Amino acid sequence: MGEKLLMKGSEAIAEAAIRAGAMAFFGYPITPQNETPEYFSRRMPELGRVFLQAESEVAAINMVYGAACTGTRAITTSSSPGISLMQEGFSYIANTNVPCVVVNAMRGGPGLGDIAPAQADYFQATKGGGHGDYHSIVIAPHTVQEEADLMFDAFELADKYRIMVVVLVDGLLGQMMEPVEFKDWVDVKKFKTPEWATVGQGDRAQRNILISFDILAEGLEKMNLVLQNKYAKIRENEVRFEEYKMDDADYAITAFGTVARIAKTTIELARNEGIKIGLIRPITLYPFPEKVIENRASNVKFFFDTEMNEGQMLEDVKLAVNGKKPVYFHGRLGGIVPTAEEILDEFKKHLGG
Amino acid sequence: MKTIYKVPSAITSRDTTYCPGCTHGVAHRIVAELLDETGLTKKTVIVWPVGCSVFGYYFIGTDALIAAHGRACAMATGIKRVHPESFVMTYQGDGDLASIGIAETVHAAARGENITTVFINNGNYGMTGGQMSPTTLIGQVTTTSPYGRKPELNGFPLHVPEMLATMDGPAYIARGALDNPQHINQAKKFIQKAFTAQQKRLGYSLVELVSTCPTNWKMTPVESIERVKREVLPIFPLGEFRAVKGVE
Ligand SMILES: Cc1ncc(C[n+]2csc(CCOP(=O)(O)OP(=O)(O)O)c2C)c(N)n1
Ligand code: SF4
Repeated sequence: MGEKLLMKGSEAIAEAAIRAGAMAFFGYPITPQNETPEYFSRRMPELGRVFLQAESEVAAINMVYGAACTGTRAITTSSSPGISLMQEGFSYIANTNVPCVVVNAMRGGPGLGDIAPAQADYFQATKGGGHGDYHSIVIAPHTVQEEADLMFDAFELADKYRIMVVVLVDGLLGQMMEPVEFKDWVDVKKFKTPEWATVGQGDRAQRNILISFDILAEGLEKMNLVLQNKYAKIRENEVRFEEYKMDDADYAITAFGTVARIAKTTIELARNEGIKIGLIRPITLYPFPEKVIENRASNVKFFFDTEMNEGQMLEDVKLAVNGKKPVYFHGRLGGIVPTAEEILDEFKKHLGG
Repeated sequence: MKTIYKVPSAITSRDTTYCPGCTHGVAHRIVAELLDETGLTKKTVIVWPVGCSVFGYYFIGTDALIAAHGRACAMATGIKRVHPESFVMTYQGDGDLASIGIAETVHAAARGENITTVFINNGNYGMTGGQMSPTTLIGQVTTTSPYGRKPELNGFPLHVPEMLATMDGPAYIARGALDNPQHINQAKKFIQKAFTAQQKRLGYSLVELVSTCPTNWKMTPVESIERVKREVLPIFPLGEFRAVKGVE
C-alpha cells in the first residue's frame, strides 16, 4: 500500500490493472468509459507494455484472446453495446480455458440506449451471454477503492482458473472521484510463459494447441465437463459478499454496485426512523452468494431487492430465498439512478403488510 | 542415393480430411516445406480459421489456435503484439477472410502487423456446402446463387490483394495458384517472401492462393484444375502486387 491518490473510478481501474500486471490492452472507444482506454494509452507505452486501439470490439476481444493464449495478462474495457459485440469472443475464450479481464461500464439499453449508468447487463454477464454452457467470474465493486482492489483479484482469479473475469461497473462509478490507495505493484519480471501457452513449440516436448473445438460430441462433452468442474470449484471457493448491518436487521436489502452504495444511505435513513434494515451486497455476482441469502431468510421478515434494471439479480435472490420469505423489488430503467429516499419510500410500501 | 520425395517434417502423420483433388493439401505442403527450410517450425503459431482447414492443426505440426470465423488476423495481432519473437501466421478461406473477416484483415494490413496470411481462394464456402462467397465469379452457380452470381444482386468478386496493395501498411502482397507445378513453385516463392517480410519486421504479408473445391464445384479434380485455368485465372491474375524494399 502506498499514498492515497484522488482519482476518478475510470482511471483508477486502469491504474490498478497496470499495477496488477496487465501487459496488454486492446479496446475500442465507447462512452461512458473512454477515460479508461485513454489512461492506458498514456501509461502502457511508458512501461513498455502494449496498448492497441482495435478497429471494433469484435477485433478487440479477439486480440485479447490471442494475447491470452500466450499466457499474457490482457484486458479490454468497454460498455454495454461494445460488450454485446464481444460475446462470441467470450464464448471462445471460455471453452479455450484462457485467462483475461474485461471491464463493462454498463450504460442504459437496450439498443443504442443512452450513456447513463445502468445495471441491465446482469443477465448477460452472469448467465453466459454468448453461446454455449459457460460462465465467467463476475465481480461488482461499489466504490473507487474497491474497483482498485478488485482489479488485482480479477487478474489473480483469471490466472488461477484460466477463466475470463468480468468487472461489472457503471458510468457513475467511473465518474466518481475518490481517494484511492493502490495495492503494491505486481512484479511483472517474475511472469513466466505458462506451459500451456501457444508461443511456438520451442524446447517443449509437445506442441500446444488451444482451441474451443471438438467435432465429436463425446469429446466436446468432456470439454464441457472440464468447464463445469471448474465452475463447481469456483462456486465453492470464490464467493464474496458484504453484509452491512445485518446482525440486528429485521429486513434485508439486496443490491450490487452503485445501487448497493446508495442503499447504505437508505439504511442510515431507515435506522434513524427505527426501521432496522441491513444490506447483503454480492461482490461476486458469479459465483452468486446464495448461501448467505438462504441463511438470512430465517432472520429477516422480507427481502427488498433494488437494481438499475427490471429485476435481474432479483431472480438469483429469489432462487436463494426459495420461497421462505417474500422478496420485493424496486428498479429504475434506462439509466435513471434511484435516490436513497426513493428506495426507502418504495421499501416502506411493504411494511405492515 | 538422391532423395526425390520426402514428407516435410512440419507435416504430421495424420491423414488429411480434405476431399480428393482439393488444393488445401497442396497449400499445406508448401507452407510446411517452407517452415522446414526456414527453420521456423518451432517458433511458429498458426491461427487456423473456421472453414475446411479448421483441422489444419492436425496436419501441420506447430503450436496452433483456431480463431472464431473471420477473426484470425485480430487473434494473430494479439499474439504478435505481446510475443514479437513468435512467427505468427493465419491460414484463411475466402469466406473467412474476404467476407466475415474483411475488417480484421484490412486493419491488420493497414497497421502493418508483422503477421503472414495464407489466403485460400476457392470461390465458395467449402465447409458449409458450397455457398456463394465474395470471390464467387459472375455467373457462377453455388447453393445460394442457384441462378448464377448476378452483379445487380450480389455485386462483384472481391480482389483482396489488389485492394490491400493500395495501402501503406502491407510489406508484401501477392497472388499465386496451385493448378500446375510451375504455379505451385511460384506460389511457394511468394509465401517464402511473405515469411521474409515478417522475419524482417517489414509489415503485413498476404499471399492469396487460387484454389479448387472439386466437391462443391461438382467437378472431378482434373476438371477443377481446368476450370481454374479457363475461368478463374483470367479474373484473378497472378503476380506480386506489393513488395517493399527488403522483401526477397
Ligand atoms: C460466426 C459464424 N458464422 C458462420 C459459421 C459457419 N461457417 C463455417 S465455415 C464457413 C465458411 C467457410 O468458407 P471459407 O472461409 O471460404 O473456407 P473453405 O471451407 O472454403 O476452405 C461458415 C460460413 C461459423 N462457424 N461461425
Ligand atoms: S469441400 Fe471443397 S474446400 Fe473443403 S475439403 Fe472438400 S474440396 Fe476442399
